[in-house]
Amino acid sequence: MWTIIKQIARSGIKSEAPPECEASLALDEPQIQARILKILGQALMIRQVDAGSCNGCELEIQALNNAYYNLEGLGIKFVASPRHADMLLVTGPVTRHMETALLRTYEAMPAPKLVVAVGDCAFNGGIFGGGYATCSGVSKLLPVDVLVRGCPPPPIEILRAILTAVESRER
Amino acid sequence: MMLCGIDAPFECLPAPLPIWRAQVTIEQWLGAARAVHSDAGRLLALWGSDTRARQGGFSVCAAYVVAQGLVCLVLPLYSERYPDLSAIFPAAARMQRAISDLLGLEADGGGDHRPWLRHSAWPRDYFPLRAEFSGQESFSPMAREDYAFVAVEGEGVHEIAVGPVHAGIIEPGHFRFSVVGEKVLRLEERLGYTHKGVEKLFEHTPPLQGYRLAGRIAGDSTVAYAWAYAMALESAARIPLAEPDAWARALLLERERVANHLGDLGALGNDAGFAFGLSQFSMLRETWLRLNQQLFGHRFLMDCIVPGGSAFTLERAGRALLLRQCDQLEIQLARLHAIYDEHAGLQDRFMNTGRVAPHLAAELGLCGMAGRASAQSHDLRVDQPCQPYNQLGVRIATHHEGDVSARVSIRFDEISESLRLIREICHRLPPITPSPAVELSELNGSGIGCVEGWRGEVLIALDLWHGNIQRCHCHDPSWQNWPVVEHAIIGNIVADFPLINKSFNLCYSGHDL
Repeated sequence: MWTIIKQIARSGIKSEAPPECEASLALDEPQIQARILKILGQALMIRQVDAGSCNGCELEIQALNNAYYNLEGLGIKFVASPRHADMLLVTGPVTRHMETALLRTYEAMPAPKLVVAVGDCAFNGGIFGGGYATCSGVSKLLPVDVLVRGCPPPPIEILRAILTAVESRER
Repeated sequence: MMLCGIDAPFECLPAPLPIWRAQVTIEQWLGAARAVHSDAGRLLALWGSDTRARQGGFSVCAAYVVAQGLVCLVLPLYSERYPDLSAIFPAAARMQRAISDLLGLEADGGGDHRPWLRHSAWPRDYFPLRAEFSGQESFSPMAREDYAFVAVEGEGVHEIAVGPVHAGIIEPGHFRFSVVGEKVLRLEERLGYTHKGVEKLFEHTPPLQGYRLAGRIAGDSTVAYAWAYAMALESAARIPLAEPDAWARALLLERERVANHLGDLGALGNDAGFAFGLSQFSMLRETWLRLNQQLFGHRFLMDCIVPGGSAFTLERAGRALLLRQCDQLEIQLARLHAIYDEHAGLQDRFMNTGRVAPHLAAELGLCGMAGRASAQSHDLRVDQPCQPYNQLGVRIATHHEGDVSARVSIRFDEISESLRLIREICHRLPPITPSPAVELSELNGSGIGCVEGWRGEVLIALDLWHGNIQRCHCHDPSWQNWPVVEHAIIGNIVADFPLINKSFNLCYSGHDL
């Protein structure tokens, strides 16, 4: 136990400042928490679906959970069930074999059903687009709120897209 | 000459490791398989090609690993059938089902004829790798075909269906468990959900651009795939590779190995209820990836290896950063290794869980890192070292227990060895600059590239015809290892499946293609 506590102390606090969703809007951690609460009325829950990516985007989304990005500190959490999710984070070109599973996941979500498409493949199929086996992009099947390009996009850009999608629902 | 117990006109391909190739008859095809099996050789990959325009019929190819190196046998077919290999090498079964889905060639007597990579998104008489199809066809949604899972019957047996969408942030696939109480009697996998038609896409890709597609077959193994592709193309088109570029590629391959092992060690701790491990290792992984971005321009090192060389600059200052990072990681790793080893609760979950005994591993062809944890001491960097590994004396890591604990230990051992290799490479590597653009000096030819990626042997077999890619087969070690996971879980409890599955950490995208 003592060695574990010592190692935690040695590691220190790694969390970095969150990204701005627009150039004019730089918020710190409590302010982002407050914005999410104001817009959604609750913390943000995300369900991620890999619709045929190469796993690169998944690795970067997983990285969002490391100490540097402090995701839960901002009031954002990944959940296992679409029934608990406010946002769907989709990667991959949407293979024909994942089409039904993706649609069912979306249908199972309660409102507000935010959708963020992550990566060049999710945008238009990317390098995998155009063939018999893919749908060439998430927007062919679902209404996409925010799209983040990149192959794969770095974690900070994915986080920026998540925050931007929440802001886009402010009425 | 004689190889694999058969006398055939073997040619030695121009490649950085010994690769032999020959056309064989049906009798030789089966004779070679038996001989390789009895000499403790291994089936590396099995695939088919539409070679009707060139030689009047389809063909199937098998790649074996034997003591002399890699052997690729090509069997020209006069019908749409070929002899079954799955009775000799169980791992061939799913590869044969994939050949059936993609090319419409059937293995005679192969026991399992259910589709594997084709679900119900396109008609059963559409074979994407046949030349008459462009691969650009689109099909409207069709009636769902039922997939006949093997049912387990008996009192109290019930099924748990998981996926394709999994609970975590991971790739999609379906698992069907038959359980009694908490105990798993049988697991059946169904994969293919991420099939993107990659092999057909290669046919529309200019050969010199193919490294980008190869580097996206599996995001966690982009270096291994890009190197294998470059090796295959350099061999097929006679493109020379300068020695420093081989060293630069090995540097990236070892950094990829370390990055993945760090991620897995954290995730394995977490799956055993030790969140501290995930938190610590994911910080180490993040700093490792950030230095990749800083020095090589990409966190996962995508597109850093190009045919004919490499696509980055590495000067003295960069090498100093790499060396310093190795020193820092080594200190952290020693501390965390001790914490993992001494944590009773963690060891209780790791030990005897998901055990694959060495004799079972050998029989099923378990390969790569997971194989080495079950006493299968195969590592291309050791057995058939290409440059620069032939000058580095890679020390192989093996364990005998074959449980989750052994697969954790192997990862610690391999990180240490990779750090040694990275240091050695940094000390001996001349300054690296992006290689000049290359041209194909041969427009027709065949080449094979094979690299020991972090998961196991990645193979790419490439056929060029009139300067275009006629066929590019990509093989991931997960083909061999996925069926073994079905065995590893037997008798364990359902709740240990995530831990066992993670300890193999197999690839879906590289398998489904």
